[in-house]
Amino acid sequence: MREDPTEMSEDDDRTTDLAGGGTIVVEASSNKTRSCGGNGGGGVGVGTIADYCPSPYPDQVLENVLENVLLFLTSRRDRNSASLVCKSWYRAEALTRTDLFIGNCYAVSPRRAIERFKRVKSLVLKGKPRFADFSLVPPNWGAQFFPWVSAMAAAYPWLEKIYLKRVSVTDEDLILLAHSFPAFKELVLVCCDGFGTAGLAAVARCRQLRVLDLIDDEVNEDDVDWISCFPESVTCLESLIFDCVESPVNFDALERLVARSPSLKRLKLNRHVNLMQLHRLMVRAPQLTHLGTGSFSTSDNPAQADQEPDLSAFATSKSLVCLSGFRDIVPDYLPAIYPVCARLTSLNFSYANINAEQLRPVICQCYNLQTLWVLDSVCDEGLQAVAATCKELHELRVFPMDAREDGEAAVSEVGLLAISEGCRKLRSILYFCQQMTNAAVVAMSRNCPELVVFRLCIMGRHRPDHLTGEPMDEGFGAIVMNCKKLTRLAVSGLLSDKAFSYIGEYEAGD
Amino acid sequence: MESKVTCENDLNFKATELRLGLPGTDDSEKHTPPSVRSNKRALSHETTEDSRSKSNSGTSDFGDDEKEAPPAAKAQVVGWPPIRSYRKNCFQPKKTEPESAGIYVKVSMDGAPYLRKIDLKGYKGYPQLLKALEIMFKLTIGQYSEREGYNGSDYAPTYEDKDGDWMLVGDVPWEMFISSCKRLRIMKGSEARGLGSYV
Repeated sequence: MREDPTEMSEDDDRTTDLAGGGTIVVEASSNKTRSCGGNGGGGVGVGTIADYCPSPYPDQVLENVLENVLLFLTSRRDRNSASLVCKSWYRAEALTRTDLFIGNCYAVSPRRAIERFKRVKSLVLKGKPRFADFSLVPPNWGAQFFPWVSAMAAAYPWLEKIYLKRVSVTDEDLILLAHSFPAFKELVLVCCDGFGTAGLAAVARCRQLRVLDLIDDEVNEDDVDWISCFPESVTCLESLIFDCVESPVNFDALERLVARSPSLKRLKLNRHVNLMQLHRLMVRAPQLTHLGTGSFSTSDNPAQADQEPDLSAFATSKSLVCLSGFRDIVPDYLPAIYPVCARLTSLNFSYANINAEQLRPVICQCYNLQTLWVLDSVCDEGLQAVAATCKELHELRVFPMDAREDGEAAVSEVGLLAISEGCRKLRSILYFCQQMTNAAVVAMSRNCPELVVFRLCIMGRHRPDHLTGEPMDEGFGAIVMNCKKLTRLAVSGLLSDKAFSYIGEYEAGD
Repeated sequence: MESKVTCENDLNFKATELRLGLPGTDDSEKHTPPSVRSNKRALSHETTEDSRSKSNSGTSDFGDDEKEAPPAAKAQVVGWPPIRSYRKNCFQPKKTEPESAGIYVKVSMDGAPYLRKIDLKGYKGYPQLLKALEIMFKLTIGQYSEREGYNGSDYAPTYEDKDGDWMLVGDVPWEMFISSCKRLRIMKGSEARGLGSYV
């Protein structure tokens, strides 16, 4: 098809008469909107607009064309680029952006965001800076959800999804949300605070709710039975994650809810759900793929203390790929999960106080594991067991049981070295330890070239390489030199300017 | 580096230094000798590289507070190590559990052939304790009142405290009770009347 450059010009003050002929060629992806022919030309959708859209509005045609094209553009970076081409593209892009990402809630006011983007269906909003997680931001600092939810309530009644990270959300905000968005489908709250079970009850009442994920939030312990507030009939729930909710839930209501949620794939329970109850839920939901196992221990109720929990549900599960929970684990019951180990791609033991001996029989079956979070209670021996089996491991996080600077060392460079030798495909590591050596870090830089994220936290302040006494410069230097794909680096220990000169020298690109 | 440090002292860079401590917090050691402020700085745990557009690089000053303190006085600082407080708190109680694993006290009842033992930690307060005693010994204890004690009921629960004195259960706050209670005795009403009503 011939491309007439004058027709394709997007300048606002272009006055070329479309009716005068010429071919408009639009190359859209795959199967849509191909129009050819000028005056009265027929094509799908666009051609008809050319019919009744007379020459004074040539831009309108192209804008409509562009809108149809831009519907296929999903990456926000690409969209940002497209919006810079000219005003016409800016408008078209603004009209077609449905997923709004606000990386810093103070970067733009709700009013401005809403003025620009008219048809948003999904919002991602991030509030406080990351160090808020470590109690470094004063309380009532800000990042309130209210200005956003109140503005959107008026502007986006069709809103379907909200993802908030480190935002202060109140019960009233959640109630407003539930009332304002009849088509609301997904709520994900990560590291948020300020709300309680009263707010959750309001959200539960959203009839089209598919996803309610509460991840690492601080949830006020009101006594509202929010689990009972889900629709009485069959629900569309696909994901229900509430392991961070500290208050007990009405278990009978939860069991009934799970029973009437045939689409439920992800269920992460809080620590008040014990093994007996877990079994009952698993029986109701054999289709689960992601399971947070609650306490993984027996009931506190002395009347039930004698009963042995039935753990056969793990044996019959065909679909579980992700396990977490284990909040108050009784290690004796760990063998129950053996049947699912071979299929697991993600295992979160970061709340499970287990040692190497208890980990080994589990991990030696997890040869498909890609993501593993553990406590350093498993020690270097445990990590060696991981290295021996988990050849597909992409992400490892080792959290400390004793999170103090001068605490006991449970894992060391031995574990790190073992992991580097066994898990060559490693992309992301977070490793808390008390001491480290340059040699181990250098070895990891050589053994794991796929590393994208390297976060080493030597908790002892200013600790040098404990074998050589030197600063940790060479280790971190090797990481930035050898790991070409690195995008995120966290350093610790004793460092000198050398380390930073390495970082400056080798950290090119993103 | 030394001359730079001297220069900083003269110009009082300290006062205008950008820090990430909470407002109003002070450096623990302002009088550290210049040699401590060497170029061997321990930087913060984070220098994120993935999104330069974000302002996270502010954390580079993160370590400033603790770097000033001399090695001897390593008080726990806020924000280090960078673990979410939820995780930190999850495992603290576990460490102290062995010390507070149950407070078992003997319970005797007048006329009963043998004594029982109960774990005071297993109860949240007096109502639960009294209910458990009623069930265990198949009796009724009745309502406690500050004025009358357990008058009007057949039995009164008493306990021996640290000083060896026999006290009426219910007078002191629960926490104080379980820390001072050595053993329990359920007295018959006739005997207990002397205890409950005092002129």
